[in-house]
Amino acid sequence: MKAEIFTSILLGIPWTIALTLVSFGIGAILGIPICAMRLSKFSALRFIAHLYGLVFRSIPPLLLVFIIYFGIGAGFLKIGPFQASVIGLGLVTAANMSEIYRGGVSAIHNGQWEAARALALPGYSRYLDVIYPQLLRVCLPSSAGYVIGLLKDSAIASTVGVADIAFNANQMARTTYQGLEVFAFAGVAYMVISIPIAILARIADRKMKSRIAI
Amino acid sequence: MKELLDFWIESTPNLLDGLIVSLQVTAVILAIGIPFGLLLALGVESKNKFTKWFSLFAVEVGRGAPALVLLQFAYFGLPPVGITLSSFSATVLALAWNTAAYTSEIIRAGIDAVPHGEKEAAASMCFSKIDTLRFVVLPQGLRVAAPALLGFAVLMLQATSLSFTVALPELTSQAHIIGSSTFKYMAILSYAGIMYASICIPATILVSVLEKQLGKHTI
Repeated sequence: MKAEIFTSILLGIPWTIALTLVSFGIGAILGIPICAMRLSKFSALRFIAHLYGLVFRSIPPLLLVFIIYFGIGAGFLKIGPFQASVIGLGLVTAANMSEIYRGGVSAIHNGQWEAARALALPGYSRYLDVIYPQLLRVCLPSSAGYVIGLLKDSAIASTVGVADIAFNANQMARTTYQGLEVFAFAGVAYMVISIPIAILARIADRKMKSRIAI
Repeated sequence: MKELLDFWIESTPNLLDGLIVSLQVTAVILAIGIPFGLLLALGVESKNKFTKWFSLFAVEVGRGAPALVLLQFAYFGLPPVGITLSSFSATVLALAWNTAAYTSEIIRAGIDAVPHGEKEAAASMCFSKIDTLRFVVLPQGLRVAAPALLGFAVLMLQATSLSFTVALPELTSQAHIIGSSTFKYMAILSYAGIMYASICIPATILVSVLEKQLGKHTI
């Protein structure tokens, strides 16, 4: 019985990791244009980006996943549980990542932009060689913290039937009636996954600190 | 369009009932969770080894495990050992633990922001430890923590949607029930989303206003 619980929850780990990585990927990429809009000269764009952030941080992620899975998925398009979950979580992540990027941009000293312009660097090089490395370094710690939060939020995908850790734990608890062990083990599994993320982020931060000073 | 509006008007009483349950459970969670968060914040700094490790354990588990897993642990995990909780109490237990763990960090950051000189001044005026905490450290520390605590309260209202999985009749469950009987999922779920947003958006704006206010007169 114990071995069954163990393997079942282990089988959920790849799904949990995939959910986290894919929705973070969506959010990290979608967050860039939103952040750019937020810093735009045009007030209409700024307003749209602001509204996006407000709305997607005000609707519970669970409800958002339901809207995508049941609402859009039932009537308009065919969307599987995994896709619905990563789209829902990705949209929320984008709202939060755009804030992290915005904080990063404001942390970069104005002199850096001026120096890049004074050196007559072309536009793309100004971003890629001067601003981007610093932005990466500034945003890394808060992004890592966000990924760990997202890992835990990914458990909501179990409600629409993605076979992740929480889903398998729920199934096991219902069939074996040993909920105590099952959920304790599931909780430990989430914590164990988040430890390497935290360690990697700390190592990366230290390495970048020695190369890129701000 | 008229059809949609009629459907919304028709389902408003049910959704409002759900919203009230959501708000009630959030209020109970915060009323229990934040005082425990304060205790944990003090416990983690404690010199007593047992208190310190116990608090650290409670904080790390409360923050490390997903709220959904804590919730299912409380609802499905405890009955086999003889503790059967209603969906309301399971939600309160799990999410209040979660709240205590997160707010303890927020409160600790607030307390750390109080300059050390304040404590020294209190000590030099013969304040006892409890009095220093009560009259000097906490009033200032909690003021620093207030915007973050309110921000967390907004997140907690959203987190109560997780209690859908333990069949608590809150807003998300109500919307899902109506959706599954009428098959108008999109209409009803977006209406529920509007209800959450109509509370969370003003609260989020209030948080940023408070943060700006606090920035004006820093301690």
